Amino acid sequence: MAGITLDHYLAVAAILFTLGVFGIFLNRKNVIVIMMAIELMLLAVNLNLVAFSAYLGDLVGQVFTMFVLTVAAAEAAIGLAIVVIFFRNRGTIAVEDISQLKG
Amino acid sequence: MIETFIFYMYATILVASAVMVISARNPVHSVLFLILCFFNAAGLFVLLGAEFLAMVLVVVYVGAVAVLFLFVVMMLDINLARAREGMMAYLPTGAVVGLVLLAELVVVFSNWGFAPHIAAEVQAPMAAYAHLTNTDALGHLLYTRYVYLFQISGLLLLVAMVGTILLTLRRRPGVRKQTIADQVARSSRSVEVRKVPTGGGV
Repeated sequence: MAGITLDHYLAVAAILFTLGVFGIFLNRKNVIVIMMAIELMLLAVNLNLVAFSAYLGDLVGQVFTMFVLTVAAAEAAIGLAIVVIFFRNRGTIAVEDISQLKG
Repeated sequence: MIETFIFYMYATILVASAVMVISARNPVHSVLFLILCFFNAAGLFVLLGAEFLAMVLVVVYVGAVAVLFLFVVMMLDINLARAREGMMAYLPTGAVVGLVLLAELVVVFSNWGFAPHIAAEVQAPMAAYAHLTNTDALGHLLYTRYVYLFQISGLLLLVAMVGTILLTLRRRPGVRKQTIADQVARSSRSVEVRKVPTGGGV
């Protein structure tokens, strides 16, 4: 890794994370795209972990990345299940319509 | 030289497809760009020497999670016109939050460094696993020192699976379904043998 330093990877991950945050604000009507934005943020975190693991020479970062991937997969499955039953009950997936708890 | 080129190629496509994920008009296109994102991130992982995680990213994320997203997007009949309206209303807030976050990250990046004692804190030095491949080394670490965490993450997936099935299972009235408990609970007395006269019917 001659020309590419850790900073390069950190910059890519930072841009990716910011895009994920931006996507949550941008797509307030579509829960599925919000979940995809969350996946982007998790991917940015994973990129950070793997980059630090490679440049520190410590393998634990990659082990931790695997656990993050596991949790992200579980989160995606549960979230999509909730979206499916919400759509079945209400016929919409807009975030603003999810206000039944207000009474 | 070639490595620099490959890094910039993957990084550029990764960021560009991430922009498309959050800004595509059609959610199906968003999912497809998310898949492109995962492929390019896997490329970056390979460049960093994490081959196993790159393959996990392709197999688990592209093969399972992204396809799950694709199924749900195609299954739900989303009103696209309604989903897009009001997007401009949230653009300033999102832009402000995003820019603040990016500015903070830039400030952090512009002056950081490893603490001097960090080299002594390395838990699993890669040099100790130099004779193994990346997958072998991860396996050695995962099945020995982190075996409890590994089991707990398996338990987490089990809970997620049970929860997902429970959430999406629905009992519709008026559908004739097999009730296995009733079938098993039948006793021999529930069957009655009758003598039927020939040509008389029951």
